Amino acid sequence: MAKKKTSKKKAVKKATKKVVRKKVVTKKAARKKSGAKSRRARNVDTPTRINEFANDVATLAAKGVDPYLDIPTRALSNVSFEKSTGLIEMGDSTQRRSFFNLGQAKKFMQTTLIASGCSELLRQKKTTSIRDLFYHCKHTIEGTRENTFDDQAESDPIIEDLEVALASLREELGLYAEPKGALVGPMTIVDRGDTIDLSRMGSGGYAVPSIVEDHVIQFKKCTADFILLIEKGAVWRRFNEDRFWKKHNCLIIHGGGQPPRGVRRLLWRLHNEQQLPVFVLVDNDPWGYYIYSVIKQGSINLAFESARMAIPDARFVGMSSYDADAFGLPAEVTIRVTEQDIRRAKEIRDYPWFAKKPWQREINHMLQKGVKLELEALSSKDFSFITDTYLPKKLKDEDYLD
Amino acid sequence: MPPMSPPKTRSGKTGATSTTKRGAAPKRTNATAESMAGMQREISVSEFFAKNRHLLGFDNPRRALLTTVKEAVDNALDACEEAGILPEISVRIDHLPKIDESRYRVTIQDNGPGVVRRQIDNIFGKLLYGSKFHRLKMSRGQQGIGISAAGMYGLMTTGRPMVITSRSKKGKPAHHVELAMDTTKNKPEVSVDIETEDFPEHTGTRVVIELEGKHQRGRGSVDAYIDQTAIANPHVLLTYIPPTRSSEDDADEAPLLEGDAGAVVGVPEDLSHTTTIGDSIVYPRTINELPPEPAEIKPHPKGVELGTLMRMLKQTSQKQLGGFLTNEFCRVSSKASQQICDGAGLTTRTWVTKIAHAEAEALHKSIQRVKLMGPPLNCLAPIGTRQILAGLLKGVRAEFYTAATRPPSVYRGNPFQIEAGIAFGGDLKGDDTARVIRFANRVPLLYQQSACSAFKAVVETSWKNYGLTQPRGSAPQGALVVMIHMASVWVPFTSESKEAIADYDEIRKEMRLALQECGRKLGTYVRKRDRIKREGQRRDAFARYIGEVARALHSIDPALDPVKVRDDLEAVAASRTEMADVTLDEDGLPIDKTRNVRVDENTVILDSPDAVAIPEAPVAKPAARKTAKKKPAKKKVVKKTATKRKPSGDQQEQLFGD
Repeated sequence: MAKKKTSKKKAVKKATKKVVRKKVVTKKAARKKSGAKSRRARNVDTPTRINEFANDVATLAAKGVDPYLDIPTRALSNVSFEKSTGLIEMGDSTQRRSFFNLGQAKKFMQTTLIASGCSELLRQKKTTSIRDLFYHCKHTIEGTRENTFDDQAESDPIIEDLEVALASLREELGLYAEPKGALVGPMTIVDRGDTIDLSRMGSGGYAVPSIVEDHVIQFKKCTADFILLIEKGAVWRRFNEDRFWKKHNCLIIHGGGQPPRGVRRLLWRLHNEQQLPVFVLVDNDPWGYYIYSVIKQGSINLAFESARMAIPDARFVGMSSYDADAFGLPAEVTIRVTEQDIRRAKEIRDYPWFAKKPWQREINHMLQKGVKLELEALSSKDFSFITDTYLPKKLKDEDYLD
Repeated sequence: MPPMSPPKTRSGKTGATSTTKRGAAPKRTNATAESMAGMQREISVSEFFAKNRHLLGFDNPRRALLTTVKEAVDNALDACEEAGILPEISVRIDHLPKIDESRYRVTIQDNGPGVVRRQIDNIFGKLLYGSKFHRLKMSRGQQGIGISAAGMYGLMTTGRPMVITSRSKKGKPAHHVELAMDTTKNKPEVSVDIETEDFPEHTGTRVVIELEGKHQRGRGSVDAYIDQTAIANPHVLLTYIPPTRSSEDDADEAPLLEGDAGAVVGVPEDLSHTTTIGDSIVYPRTINELPPEPAEIKPHPKGVELGTLMRMLKQTSQKQLGGFLTNEFCRVSSKASQQICDGAGLTTRTWVTKIAHAEAEALHKSIQRVKLMGPPLNCLAPIGTRQILAGLLKGVRAEFYTAATRPPSVYRGNPFQIEAGIAFGGDLKGDDTARVIRFANRVPLLYQQSACSAFKAVVETSWKNYGLTQPRGSAPQGALVVMIHMASVWVPFTSESKEAIADYDEIRKEMRLALQECGRKLGTYVRKRDRIKREGQRRDAFARYIGEVARALHSIDPALDPVKVRDDLEAVAASRTEMADVTLDEDGLPIDKTRNVRVDENTVILDSPDAVAIPEAPVAKPAARKTAKKKPAKKKVVKKTATKRKPSGDQQEQLFGD
């Protein structure tokens, strides 16, 4: 791998970069002291951070100052791609949410409600879904006919805001997203004390929970050589049915489209704790590319968690826009790209983490051909073409994209 | 004459049909020049107007009543002001239903200088007799038709003569004259002429006219006229006794010469607002000084038409052209007269008598080419922003008042000056079209609104810029009263009944500018008021959420006292939305709440419409107070006021070139 071949020169560069980054960190730390800022310090636990937030608001109000909460901006403009680590990192830019601003007053009030809901959950040592929390916090404001929340669409972004502002993962706030994704393979784990042999999971596989931290899941025995992340459940079923994982001695996992945090975090732990290489198999369209990039470099939305989620060593095995020709797929199984696909592909092409030459070639080739490919397209050859021929050949030829 | 026309047409018709039936023309009485000469005779003015009384504003009984009151009051005011007397005028209308349902008696009494006995007959009994027609001086009346026409109308409809009582010298007896008029000869006929003591001590005149009329309130009524007169003339103490039931009862017993209308005396001194005392409505005097006396000017050459020029040439006492030009006109220097004469191919020494039509025409053209100074402007006496405000405050219950006086300008050689005032909000109705009240030389114009240049200027102004709604091609809508006043030595009316100002571009432009000046201030006020409303809503929003936030914080950390947090947040909210507590002020300065009214030079804003109505409040005489307080307090405001732009003698003249 490229990194191992780093020259002395590069190492020096890296060192200087680190210094620069440290400076940024100290700046952040200095800023933090001035008020209710993003509590990025991970050394204090989440309940304490929520408590600090509440006290900051009260202190500011007592001083006659408009209380506020600085929320790191979750947008492309506030993330940077750190080449040396291969991670998407969050910048310093924050959005100030203050109470005495007519456009923000309600959101600020909602933020305090969500914070109080989470602190209640943590106190009771319970976890719940974000929908559940929405109902918990929803009520009519005293003396009015206005509801604190009208729609879950209002509370969800607030939860994300609170996550980044407090630098606490959703799971640390006692919340989980709807779990999706399944895993099978030659491995044994302990989940909440239950020992589970992942090679004996039948056709459905082991449902990956939302919270996979080591206080919930411990790894016992793992003989697999690598992990294969498959974009969709349907294709994962084919792999399971054909016992691909047995033949190639690997774990197969899917995330039902864009993998949820549980799946991403589990992948990360397997990669870092069990030293398993990660391969990604997705559709050949812009959304597939992006799923791969989220696994590899992290997402824009959760950029602050990249270090705990992203796997820079993950490899893209397919499908590539060149595969249609390479495997002689008939033209009928390709799908014309839509306007939206083109727009998204161009966007992705401009992301700095897709700047590498092979990726530019790959994306341009797709745009030039004007078609996209689903994994299922391979079934035009044979139902098991994907497990018997396509993937084994790709793995054997090391036909990856980095 | 309406009653006469139907039979006429009918007979004409039958004549026509019979002609066709018979197939032969009826025998014509072919007149000869001689026989026609026998029918030809002079028509007297009074005869002409008796037949065409609508030209003078007597076209229907209701309007006739108004015109009568109007002419009498206008004359009274002109007389008082010319004599330097603060006017006290009482108007009384009695309904006399026992005689006739449409019979009214109008009594107008003033404290003016009175009329000397020998002139009473001519002034009141002869049309086109007066002091105002032949001079260029700003006054209410212009032609000398008004009061005598009213008397003539009364005589024609009731047969009762006009009764004039006048005392022209204090200590001397008053004259009581009953006056009829011979319309064919335009000559007064005196039926009773006695000396009487039945008149208040001071000098003054009382006119009593009985006429066929109709009293009905609303637009174009006597009541509206009196209201508006009070607005434009805050220096007048007006008492108005409208027709009531009680006057009906003793109508017959009441002697024609009923003592003074009773209201002039015994009016409380400290009234600030229109008040009803018993049967009478008292419009108190809110400005204790007379308007400055306008100077009389000579005509400006640029405004003279060819015919007029020729008449002047004929009438002048000057012998030579140079003298004629410099003496008969204003603003013609010897140098200018030289230029005019040169341009016409004449010399200043040309004999005036030698000038025939061709020369006069050359002269007239030459005048137009020469650059002359504009007419002097000290001949104008605008009401003044201060007085307009005082008038509006007295007569209109609003919350925002502003006024503007434009610098004088010139149309057709006649100087004029436009003033505008606006009253907004308060008790005014918000969903109606704005009320436009028009004045010419302080006289309210009540009819022909849409033909009037002033109304057109209101329509033309874009009120949307000032936060009001305005349908296309119409006056703005909203709680608004717009007042426009034109002061001029010669107001160009569209007709003799003097109801609409003719549409000269120069006049309309000035009106628009004055309205815009007021409008801008109104816009500032309206925007500010809206902002305060929004601030209030903002605070409401904060107030709603404060409780929730306080509770949430308490639930996170039970050590946080929800009551204290709530109080703290509320304090911040209050300081953040201070605006909501601020009362309005034109320049964005916070208002001292101890005062009800904040008055800058030309804008007044009331907290509540009742503020002025309280007699003992310090606002009783806002205008008077203003003069005393204004200077130290409001330097900044004074700077941008109209006073600065008011004409001061001859300094402000503009070049009146081509």
